[in-house]
Amino acid sequence: MGILEVKDVNKRFGGLQALGNVNLSVADNTVHAIIGPNGAGKSTLLNCLVGKLIPDTGSVMFAGQSVLGLKPYQINQMGISRVFQTPEIFGDLTVMENMMIPCLAKRDGPFRMHAIRSVFGEKKLRERAEEMLTEVKMLDKRDMHAASMSRGDKRRLEMAMCLVQEPRLLLLDEPTAGMARHDTNNTIDLLKDIKARGNITMCIIEHDMHVVFSLADRITVLAQGTPLVEDTPEKIKGHPKVREAYLGETA
Amino acid sequence: MFGLDKKDTTLLLIVFVLTMCAPFLLNPFPGNSAMAQFNAGYPDLMQRFVIYGIFAIGFNILFGLTGYLSFGHAAFLGVGSYSAVWMFKLLSMNVLPAVILSVIIAGLFALVIGFISLRRSGIYFSILTLAFAQMSFALAYSVLTPITNGETGLQLSLNDPRILGESVSASGGIPFPSLFGLDMRATHVMELGPWMFQFSAGYYFCAVLMLLAFYLAIRIFRSPFGLMLRAVKSNQQRMNYTGLNVRPYTLAAFVISGMYAGLAGGLLAAMDPLAGAERMQWTASGEVVLMTILGGAGTLIGPVLGAGFIKYFENIFSKINDTVLHQWFAFMPDGIEDLLVTVIHPFVGKGWHLTLGLMFMAVVIFLPGGLVQGGQKIGNLFRRKPAADHTTSAAKTPAE
Ligand SMILES: Nc1ncnc2c1ncn2[C@@H]1O[C@H](COP(=O)(O)OP(=O)(O)OP(=O)(O)O)[C@@H](O)[C@H]1O
Ligand SMILES: [Mg+2]
Repeated sequence: MGILEVKDVNKRFGGLQALGNVNLSVADNTVHAIIGPNGAGKSTLLNCLVGKLIPDTGSVMFAGQSVLGLKPYQINQMGISRVFQTPEIFGDLTVMENMMIPCLAKRDGPFRMHAIRSVFGEKKLRERAEEMLTEVKMLDKRDMHAASMSRGDKRRLEMAMCLVQEPRLLLLDEPTAGMARHDTNNTIDLLKDIKARGNITMCIIEHDMHVVFSLADRITVLAQGTPLVEDTPEKIKGHPKVREAYLGETA
Repeated sequence: MFGLDKKDTTLLLIVFVLTMCAPFLLNPFPGNSAMAQFNAGYPDLMQRFVIYGIFAIGFNILFGLTGYLSFGHAAFLGVGSYSAVWMFKLLSMNVLPAVILSVIIAGLFALVIGFISLRRSGIYFSILTLAFAQMSFALAYSVLTPITNGETGLQLSLNDPRILGESVSASGGIPFPSLFGLDMRATHVMELGPWMFQFSAGYYFCAVLMLLAFYLAIRIFRSPFGLMLRAVKSNQQRMNYTGLNVRPYTLAAFVISGMYAGLAGGLLAAMDPLAGAERMQWTASGEVVLMTILGGAGTLIGPVLGAGFIKYFENIFSKINDTVLHQWFAFMPDGIEDLLVTVIHPFVGKGWHLTLGLMFMAVVIFLPGGLVQGGQKIGNLFRRKPAADHTTSAAKTPAE
């Protein structure tokens, strides 16, 4: 059994069937890519995993536990972190402060009143945050206002914020969209590195096939809310249905 | 020093010196000059400066950090005052237990109101807090009369038990609030030529509490807790998906700022032992919003500046009447004198709200970071250095 088990999930928005009978099993310590045309329901599926949406029917199990009905912060504390399609960061804060928040959340849990000690007295957490910033090559931007950075940098920051929590399952919604080629390659290298270190499973939604084929162990193709096929990257490349539904479109 | 970094220590020391020397600093004009009108170094006025400073510092912990705009904070001020007066009636005239009870009761009150109001955010939160405060105000006038003494207001009387003190003072009157025997009204007057400086025990008691309140606020601003509060203002969605439960953070901020308001209310009663429902009215809630925004929401020193500014206007500008104006311009030819008086008339005396209103608009439009931002701009003119953000980045993006 995989670390993430999605069974018969349906989600409707009014008359629109956004997800129809989605089944997905993600094995531990693998990278699973979900691809599909715009509006296929990829982000909706992630929303059902992190507690942003509740599926109409079906079940979502993470590490043997159901996540349905849990609040987003509880699901995160179980070990699921998510990078959003449009960067969600703390725009009013500096890069370093952005990094300190997930570090504190990881150490102190959903709520803890540390009202007297200074943030800058948290030596261990700061070192951890700086390490992570070095890995995403953003240490020089540590005192920058997060809102004033480029879209690519915001995305890298968000990824660093998720990674610093050492999640068991990392959900990435188009992590390289809006990045320059060079940064995309850096991101691929970073994710490969993270994967090689082990003890992390990734679910990645991506339109950039170069990224998908560089990282994925398995690929699910989603179209109009339903999985068309699920297979290894090699098989997916040659699959006629996929060429027609997806690859053909973008080629 | 005191667990603060260099910048914050400097700020704290400056505020310390300013409050301790306030009796001198606020009385710069000799008593016999025409400018004596602008002196503010009187005990009751200085007390109000620091008490409303405490109120605004606490309000800023909620509004400045989390962005939640409460329109009902005067309720906690009122609750604090009532608690303190009850303590004077039942226990003793010592201000310390009175003030402590004010803080506790206001905190409990804030816990209840916050728990309910924080189910909503934005304008709905503001309306809920306003509704609660107006409800408290109305109830204090009506059904709660046994506790609040309705329209007359809660006052001390010769029949109060005061189990640890005396019902009647040695001279046969109602005793006065004191700190272990130190009368809060005790004032040392120092005369230096035409200058008269007054050092009041009550003022210094309030000033020390304000310094403590200010110090605590700095620690909160710089703490992990303070960082979380700023995160609430910045992006609640990201907080949720980072494993943080937003509600207890906002509730804690709400209760803390309610306790600050309770302390301020208790001190108001300790300086003048009576409490009326009008202290809870929405105008009083609005005033602390103005103070915080005028001074600079989200900055450390801003709320104190804002409180001082508004209280100064309320008490000094409002006292300038036509007679005073005529005195000032007496040296001018009669026609010009009358003209000047006519032009200035709407802005002073009863018209002080007009001046304050115009100033407030100017600040919000040109200095969204409040007076603190104005100070930084002037400072930068002299230093010719890019803006050094003295407090928090929130100064740049204030009211939402
Ligand atoms: N909260 C919502 N309310 C109503 N409709 C929604 C909602 N969220 C998504 N949809 C609709 O569901 C469908 C699937 O959307 P989703 O965002 O999951 O697509 P996607 O595969 O992520 O596409 P993209 O590649 O553009 O990000 C779309 O038609 C979208 O308009
Ligand atoms: Mg999407």
